[in-house]
Amino acid sequence: MDTLNLAWLLVAIPLVSSAVLLLLGRGSDAWGHWLGVLASAASAVLAIVILVQLLGLGADDRTANVHLFDWIPAGDLTVSAGLLVDPLSVTFAILITFVGTLIHIYAVAYMSHDVDRRRFFAYLNLFIAAMLVLVLADSYALLFLGWEGVGLASYLLIGFWNQNTEYAVAAKKAFVMNRVGDMGMLVAMMAMFATFGAVDFDTVFGAADGAGEGAMTLIGLMLVLAACGKSAQFPLQAWLGDAMAGPTPVSALIHAATMVTAGVYLIVRSGPIFEQTPTAQLVAAIVGAVTLLFGAIVGCAKDDIKKVLAASTMSQIGYMMLAAGLGPIGYAFAIFHLITHGFFKAGMFLGAGSVMHGMGDEVNMRGFGNLSRYMKVTWITFMAGWLAIIGIPPFSGFWSKDKIIESAFVGEGWQPWVFGTVALVGAGITAFYMSRLFFMTFHGKARWNDGKNDLPGPERTPHESPALMTVPMIVLAIGAIGLGGLLTIGDSFVTWLEPVTGHVEHHEPVLPIPVIMVTTIVLVLLGAGLAWRQYAASAVPVAPPTGSVLTRAARADLYQDAVNEGVFMRPGQHLTRTLVYTDTAVVDGAVNGLGSGTLGWGERLRRLQNGFVRSYAAVMLIGVIGALVVVLASRV
Amino acid sequence: MPTQFADLPWLTILIVVPTVVAALIWLVKPLRRAARPIGLATSVLVLIGVALMAGAFETADAAEVQFTQTVDWISAIGASYAVGVDGMGLTLVALAALLVPVVLIAGWNEVTLPSGIAADRAEDSLAYRRAGFVSLVLVLESLMIAIFAAQDLFLFYVIFEAMLIPVYFLIGVYGGPNRRGAALKFLLYSLAGGLVMLAGVIAVYFQTDGGPGTYLLANLGDIASDNPTLQMWLFLSFFIAFAVKAPMFPVHTWLPDAAAQATPGTSTLLVGVLDKVGTFGMIAICLPLFPGAAATAAPVIIVLAIISIIYGGLVAIGQNDLMRMIAFSSVSHFGFIVMGVFVGTQTAMVGAMLYMVAHGVTIAALFLISGFLTQRGGSQDMRTYSGMQRVTRVLAGTWLFAGLASLALPGLSGFVPEYLVLIGSFEAHWAYGAFAVIGVVLSALYILLAYQRVFTGPVPEAGAPVELTGEALDVPDRAGLKDLTGREKWAIVPLALVVLFLGLYPAPVLELLSGVADQFAAILGSAS
Repeated sequence: MDTLNLAWLLVAIPLVSSAVLLLLGRGSDAWGHWLGVLASAASAVLAIVILVQLLGLGADDRTANVHLFDWIPAGDLTVSAGLLVDPLSVTFAILITFVGTLIHIYAVAYMSHDVDRRRFFAYLNLFIAAMLVLVLADSYALLFLGWEGVGLASYLLIGFWNQNTEYAVAAKKAFVMNRVGDMGMLVAMMAMFATFGAVDFDTVFGAADGAGEGAMTLIGLMLVLAACGKSAQFPLQAWLGDAMAGPTPVSALIHAATMVTAGVYLIVRSGPIFEQTPTAQLVAAIVGAVTLLFGAIVGCAKDDIKKVLAASTMSQIGYMMLAAGLGPIGYAFAIFHLITHGFFKAGMFLGAGSVMHGMGDEVNMRGFGNLSRYMKVTWITFMAGWLAIIGIPPFSGFWSKDKIIESAFVGEGWQPWVFGTVALVGAGITAFYMSRLFFMTFHGKARWNDGKNDLPGPERTPHESPALMTVPMIVLAIGAIGLGGLLTIGDSFVTWLEPVTGHVEHHEPVLPIPVIMVTTIVLVLLGAGLAWRQYAASAVPVAPPTGSVLTRAARADLYQDAVNEGVFMRPGQHLTRTLVYTDTAVVDGAVNGLGSGTLGWGERLRRLQNGFVRSYAAVMLIGVIGALVVVLASRV
Repeated sequence: MPTQFADLPWLTILIVVPTVVAALIWLVKPLRRAARPIGLATSVLVLIGVALMAGAFETADAAEVQFTQTVDWISAIGASYAVGVDGMGLTLVALAALLVPVVLIAGWNEVTLPSGIAADRAEDSLAYRRAGFVSLVLVLESLMIAIFAAQDLFLFYVIFEAMLIPVYFLIGVYGGPNRRGAALKFLLYSLAGGLVMLAGVIAVYFQTDGGPGTYLLANLGDIASDNPTLQMWLFLSFFIAFAVKAPMFPVHTWLPDAAAQATPGTSTLLVGVLDKVGTFGMIAICLPLFPGAAATAAPVIIVLAIISIIYGGLVAIGQNDLMRMIAFSSVSHFGFIVMGVFVGTQTAMVGAMLYMVAHGVTIAALFLISGFLTQRGGSQDMRTYSGMQRVTRVLAGTWLFAGLASLALPGLSGFVPEYLVLIGSFEAHWAYGAFAVIGVVLSALYILLAYQRVFTGPVPEAGAPVELTGEALDVPDRAGLKDLTGREKWAIVPLALVVLFLGLYPAPVLELLSGVADQFAAILGSAS
């Protein structure tokens, strides 16, 4: 078990590297990016060594608890910092460090013109470290450290170019919406402590089946809320599209392959809790199903290549969330899809970055077209990702998504019909919008100014990216082609996860499996064919057409921001302004007045009658009612 | 334990030394020019002394008062000079001893001459003003150590009131343009609170048998237990004074004014340490002396605390003045502390105690770094800044670091205490945790919104006028501002280290606190 005890180095290496890069500052500009790559690669190697060692052990011995130190020894609550090395966490560690290292390498070239490249790598390393804490933690408290740590890294990287105010706002939006989810995580931990007196996995999972369903439902629902924030699931999805403000390697690593899938990890890891609460499971499945369609619909209307990919990420994580909400039959497939998606989606993001690199940072697909002629490697690697995500056999996504669709059709009552149909329809829409992206970018007629045609816009000279960028794309494309099939052979991946997800007997879906499979493929081909007719065979207008009501709604992200603004932001701002005013005019005034005698009171009263009296009364009323409620509730 | 260390009258030495040095600097004219190095050396010595004392402290008996020293003082009323610290007192003394040298380093050049001083007298006047500042800070240090060590109620009261004097002058003499008003407001609020408390102190006397040692905290306990109404009045007389100090909604309004007008160093000591006297008093005096009344009033106090959390956060979001924003954030944080004190679980109590220390360090970093910025930029109005991350990189990075600690990012100082308070409060009643947790979203908003407004966005072009609706501001060129100097960085380094230490390995501090927390939480538990 020697190497397993070194698991803390997985975290420590990138963390130290990040600290060095930040503290040395400009002094490490010349070589900082290579230190970052090296740190990530070292973690990847260590992760592989740990994987190999686990594989050498019997299935029942593949779990190790590595105690590090007492983190919060507070008396009644004691939390130790410890790592849980098991098939699930090691799977993630491999994904994070391997894909992470590829993206680090890519970023060396992608960010080569940025004066702050070193700082970029410091943040990337910080992210790797935090993400590893998230998946390796053996308690919810330590998991939360990683959970908010990746949130911080995400904030720093979305806002990497925050001299642009919009990007700074996007970064803050991501952090704050994540915090709303994090409230759920905190409440879940409060309820765990109240129920079990502890927040570590061992104690909580060990006692979960003895606790009442009420407490488990509360904890489960709060964990779903947390997952919604981190994984951009409905109703906390609005930050992900804006997060594309970050440099493209960030979108690939954090907002596609790893961080946004943490919500799925959380639910699968918390399986013993969800087993006790069908309600929370159902809510997770519904959230997944809704987001799956939401993302797919939005993806059909966007013209910004990164935003299409972001919408597709949302939608694909919706698939995973749906699978996780199905309970043990879905856990392994949720993680399976998470892994294959990590490879093909990261590959496509890197491809999009390569396109932007060759096209002067343009992201509007209406200004692309026929790029397959100019960037062959990008085109072919992107094609692998495209075929994988739409689920054409034998590409990766076929194996993993097909399993989720099958599982969605398992069960009794209305659920299999609804979830199954949604998953099926989602597959068709996915095929449409991803093909739309692929054709608009790489096929059809060129819609950019090459200096000879008369098209508007700045002159473009598309070219293939350097090897530092294309090699990671090639490696990820190989994953997109072969990983899914490889891990399906002999059910090896599902068996590997069994120590965590439990062994599940085969369940028969409500429709015969061949029917599901054929229907899926027919829908996918229909979607892709439709996209071919509209975006490759016929001319794509450079200016977006007005479109139907649905298109316009989808373009506006189904009005998610308008809803958030109307329901939360504006009332919130109004409340804040009123309170700021009240604080000076009334609270301060009242307390001052209390001391300054009758004369002062007279004046205060006069002022009170001049209109603030209503807001004052409102505030007091809210306070008094709130006080009464809590006092009464606490006496029950 | 090395007995020769333990037997020294540590606390008395630590209390006396800064005041004696302050008097020397103030009275001996030749020393004035060297006031700053002398003051810094003294405060560093005190810090070393506190460290030695902590080394000699028996952690296993952290709930016991140690290093005690008791001398009859005014025997007619039974008042004694009695000092000693338990684990909580020790950590708060350490907090004070840490922040004083930091404030002196950070504010090395903070004190400047007011305009209108003749050139030939400028040097003398400046030395005089600086010596005054250092003396006041040192006197304040003595009083801060003394109040956390006081084991006699009357002594506690006297120090409580005496602290007003140096703070009043620190705000009123060395602050911003409206410093006099702010200082007066601070004084009036505090005096009003102190007056009520004086009545309580006197009334307590009549509930005892009198005689020497009457006011020793060790001899007081569950006063007027047979008369709940009287006990409630007594409890309130202390609680109100502490609530003003803390500060809690709705008696918080002196703080934003004081913080906006005082120098960053004064604000640091004021909010970082002095306000903790309020919550310290709630724990060390209100709970053991009036347990029944505390338990009865607890639900109402908790509601006020939750209002403080949410109200403070919301109002902080709406501020334009950076210092006022930080002040309101503290109102929110103090809500967490007060809630932790009164929900009556051990977890919340230990969280509240740790929160006092953690908040002291975090808020110090926020105030001081913000001060570095506002002194360079000549304005505290956030709207006059933009894109400063590209101009003053280290300043921006350290500010964000402190801000993240303030919004309780796990791994930094703010997290563990807030977590413990939330977990422990939910344990007492789900509604407490469920409402208070809203604070974590609000803190993310007010910190990151401030960061966004000041540090992100385009860098203003050199010489471009700062546009602010309705007001014409004469501010220095934003693009030309200099990053942190070496001295400023070194002032922040110790704070940053403590922020990390409290976030990643708070175990040594928790060991000092958890036993004490057990004891005080049990008081509420058994009274209700």
